[in-house]
Amino acid sequence: MTAMERDRFRMLMMKALDCELAGSEHSEFENFLREKECQQEWHAFRKVKEATMDLKLSEPAPEVWDGYWKGVYNRTERGIAWVLVTLGAAVLFAWGAIEFVSALWADSQAPLIVKVGIFTLAGGLFLLFFSVIRERWFTSRHDKYKEVQR
Amino acid sequence: MKAAVRNDEALIRRVQAGEKDAYGELVRTYQQPAYYSALALLGSHDEAMDCSQQAFIRAWQAIRRFDAGRSFFTWYYRILRNLCLNRLRDRAAQARPFSAMTPLFDVAATDDDPARDTDRALLRDRVRTALEALRSEEREIIVLRDFDGYSYAEIADLLEMPHGTVMSRLYYARKHLKDMLEDMT
Repeated sequence: MTAMERDRFRMLMMKALDCELAGSEHSEFENFLREKECQQEWHAFRKVKEATMDLKLSEPAPEVWDGYWKGVYNRTERGIAWVLVTLGAAVLFAWGAIEFVSALWADSQAPLIVKVGIFTLAGGLFLLFFSVIRERWFTSRHDKYKEVQR
Repeated sequence: MKAAVRNDEALIRRVQAGEKDAYGELVRTYQQPAYYSALALLGSHDEAMDCSQQAFIRAWQAIRRFDAGRSFFTWYYRILRNLCLNRLRDRAAQARPFSAMTPLFDVAATDDDPARDTDRALLRDRVRTALEALRSEEREIIVLRDFDGYSYAEIADLLEMPHGTVMSRLYYARKHLKDMLEDMT
């Protein structure tokens, strides 16, 4: 049997196991079964299929289904809550930082080196934040495998 | 468990219009096939529950962009599968064995003849062990076909692969299962 014939037999055998043979494929498959090698493989696969059909997927406790939608709903609600908490905290933090830097700038008593240090730190943090947001936005727009790869 | 072929267009349009209860109805319709699909891939009740619910949340977040005329479950299944594959990769990084998970399979039928029943019970145990030891993607395709009863065309649609690839994957998954069973005897 050639490699191509073997591939064809395997495809027909899968179809036969799953009752998906159509029209002339029945007789084509019967022809293959005249060969002993094919017959042996067919019997072995049929036995495996029969044994598989004796099993079913384990069922969870019935009450699991009653609380399923509630679980989805609560998780969605909490997701929204977290977004709001994060946004609120970011707004307050940004406001506090601006107030602090403004007050420090206006304070004539503060040494120049502290003012320079604070401004450099604020600039660095802003650049870091901007860079991360830009990268995330770009990835979400252009990475078609984002669901799989991350 | 196979998701029944349904036309959810009207229901999805209600969800897209912002009706929370309509989404509840959609979730209740597909919660069981969703859970079992995740269970086949992950082998853990808790993780299957977590991933299938997370996939419903992702689907809800993107439902406005979904074409209501298409099959909701096919679209949902792709989201779910990606989440499960991510989870499996994370698990591999943590080196958690599949055998420590929930028993995946139960007995579906028994024979009337006690002698034959014992042989079948033995074989069933071996098949159960072998199925649980298969690679997730091999187990997935066997579960979709033999446990959920999806046709080749439906599996091709769910897994986004050509019809011929479905048969070839099924052949190699079953062959692996057969080889493992032969090794056990």
